Amino acid sequence: MSALFLVTIGIENFLAVGALLFALGFAIALSKRNAIGVLMGVELMLNAVNLTLLTFSRFSPSDRPVAGATFVVFVITVAAAEAAVALALAVSVYRNRDTVDVDKINLLKS
Amino acid sequence: MPLPILATNNWYDFRDLSNFSRLILENLDKILPHGIVYVVAVLLGFVASFLIFVLPSQLIVGVYGERKLIGRIQSRYGPNRVGPFGLLQPIADAVKLMQKESLMPLRGDVIVMNIAPLIFVAPCVLLFAVIPFGPRMIIGNIPSALIYFIAVSGLPVLAAFMAGWGSDNKYSLFGAMRIVAMSISYEVPLVLALLGVVLFTGTLSLQGMVFWQRDLNIWIAFAQPLSFAIYFIAVGAELNRTPTDIAEAESEIVAGYLTEYSGMKWGLFYGMDIGYALAASAFAATVFLGGWSFFGLDKWVPPWLIIVTKTQLFYMIFIWTRGTLPRLRVDQLMAFAWKFMLPIAIANLFVLATERMMWVRAFDADLKFVWVFVPINLLFTAGVVFAWARFLGYRPENTPRKARLVNQAGGFIPLGGAKGETRP
Amino acid sequence: MNGAGPVIGFWALAALTLVAAGGVMVSRNLFHAVLFLIVSFVGIAGFFVLLSAEFLAMAQIVIYVGAISVLILFAVLLTPRAGRDNGETAVFPAAALLAVALAAVFLFVIYDADWATITSSPDVSVQAIGDALLDIWVVPFEIASVLLTAALVGAIMLVRTPEEEAEDALA
Repeated sequence: MSALFLVTIGIENFLAVGALLFALGFAIALSKRNAIGVLMGVELMLNAVNLTLLTFSRFSPSDRPVAGATFVVFVITVAAAEAAVALALAVSVYRNRDTVDVDKINLLKS
Repeated sequence: MPLPILATNNWYDFRDLSNFSRLILENLDKILPHGIVYVVAVLLGFVASFLIFVLPSQLIVGVYGERKLIGRIQSRYGPNRVGPFGLLQPIADAVKLMQKESLMPLRGDVIVMNIAPLIFVAPCVLLFAVIPFGPRMIIGNIPSALIYFIAVSGLPVLAAFMAGWGSDNKYSLFGAMRIVAMSISYEVPLVLALLGVVLFTGTLSLQGMVFWQRDLNIWIAFAQPLSFAIYFIAVGAELNRTPTDIAEAESEIVAGYLTEYSGMKWGLFYGMDIGYALAASAFAATVFLGGWSFFGLDKWVPPWLIIVTKTQLFYMIFIWTRGTLPRLRVDQLMAFAWKFMLPIAIANLFVLATERMMWVRAFDADLKFVWVFVPINLLFTAGVVFAWARFLGYRPENTPRKARLVNQAGGFIPLGGAKGETRP
Repeated sequence: MNGAGPVIGFWALAALTLVAAGGVMVSRNLFHAVLFLIVSFVGIAGFFVLLSAEFLAMAQIVIYVGAISVLILFAVLLTPRAGRDNGETAVFPAAALLAVALAAVFLFVIYDADWATITSSPDVSVQAIGDALLDIWVVPFEIASVLLTAALVGAIMLVRTPEEEAEDALA
């Protein structure tokens, strides 16, 4: 890491942004009380993973550079499906329990 | 590649305005430090396209022409007081809006409510970046311009949602939910229709589509009539034009998500509604109606004049439908999107893919044979629309062809119909 | 990657994305949190442009900004009495500690490792992605379509009200 790191950006900078974003999403997903907030954290983590995948696809020597981009397409697809089902679950839980607070959804607790 | 039009490279040649802008930029590049000229070029392009095309169209055609035409359709004069023929009416409107007090609901979310008009304006400006006005007159000739257009035109929905939420008014929230639900529903057939166009042209670039139509001397609207019809209906619904403007239906929910807005904030929403309609018209003119080409006429007439004319004429159809058709109910519109448009769009895509495959296999992708598909697609369009409408329960033979008085029809028919007249 | 444009763009996008993600964390209003999330998605799309993957940037805008955030907004609207606050549970200190530790490990690895990099940008045009999706990765592509259909049906089945289920049982 040289003094030039502000004027030259390389793979480390992109990976660092991805790592920080992942950590933020991780903290949000673990600590939020609202189920929708938890889902937002998960979405942030998925985005960080996408960013990291594309960074490696752009900067790493590879004989098949499209692989990273293709993987990102699949991650986006799965994220869309996951968001639809998770939000349907949240609405369904709200209909039955009148809350989406993850602390209060504890029917199995004795 | 030699230029396919007769325009020269002289800066005063008005047939290709990019000559003039290139002259400005080349001279600026000598003065300014390295790299700044790229920023200036984009700004110059936006300012030029807005000054030449968008703003005059918005004011003259969008505000004055629309009100005048709607007025004539509804047997009244329309604006005729301010200035000659009422031509200054848009300016008077703007002045009135600017001096109005900006009212804010007390319990509303003030920040969200103030940001919403700005977010509504920005994508409209961005949309015009990929519209080609001529062989070289395009701000951003990006290879996947079609997806760019679809992506950016999805953003104003969020602004409308923010407006509806921030107003803290139940009618605003109803309007916001309606606009979001409707734009999501109609996005699906719209994208499927555009996918059919991409199948034929084999490119995602709008400039490439114009060149395809120009080389073959055919408009995609003729080659794929069903895609064109689906695009027209779906984009009308996404833009909240009147037959489908349930998001701001005055008779049901006061003004939808605009209820709590006043003054120039409302004016921004109103003006940019026209801006989006113009962008959609320009997009339709580019993708379906040949863009800046007109069967060889673009050699003699400036291409930018051709596409501006096409855009305005397409916009006239929007005004026409707005003045003619009554507003639909929200459940009717949803059912129409999912039960009528979506199956037809999928069938259309299937047929077009088959044709494309046959074209490659049988005719060696010889572009001349695209004419073979024109009558086939026309017949298919008529057939599938008729058959699917019948299947869903609409009986054309029960619809009176001639106008008749209420007494002849057996008096006022509430719902359910009278003597033998079954309604779906 | 150097030159004024990409460097300024990178730092601006990094600030935008991370500040917006932090806004999701600290914002007490759930609706504002969703708006911050949308800004963060847009920032990620900007990063994709910077990494010369324009198609994926547009897909990111269409899917995340146009569809997923709207879904989240709808979920916020459909759970009105659940409270709009975006507070944390009691495990927040532990979660924050864990996240900081995670970030520290990640950053150490990132700046410690000696990455093999190339300077020229590889070809990830739309055409290349399309060819790859229908050539080598055609099986995952088809599985993804099945997954999407299953998610569609599943989401519809989950949110049906009892009245609708009774109507369907009669029909």
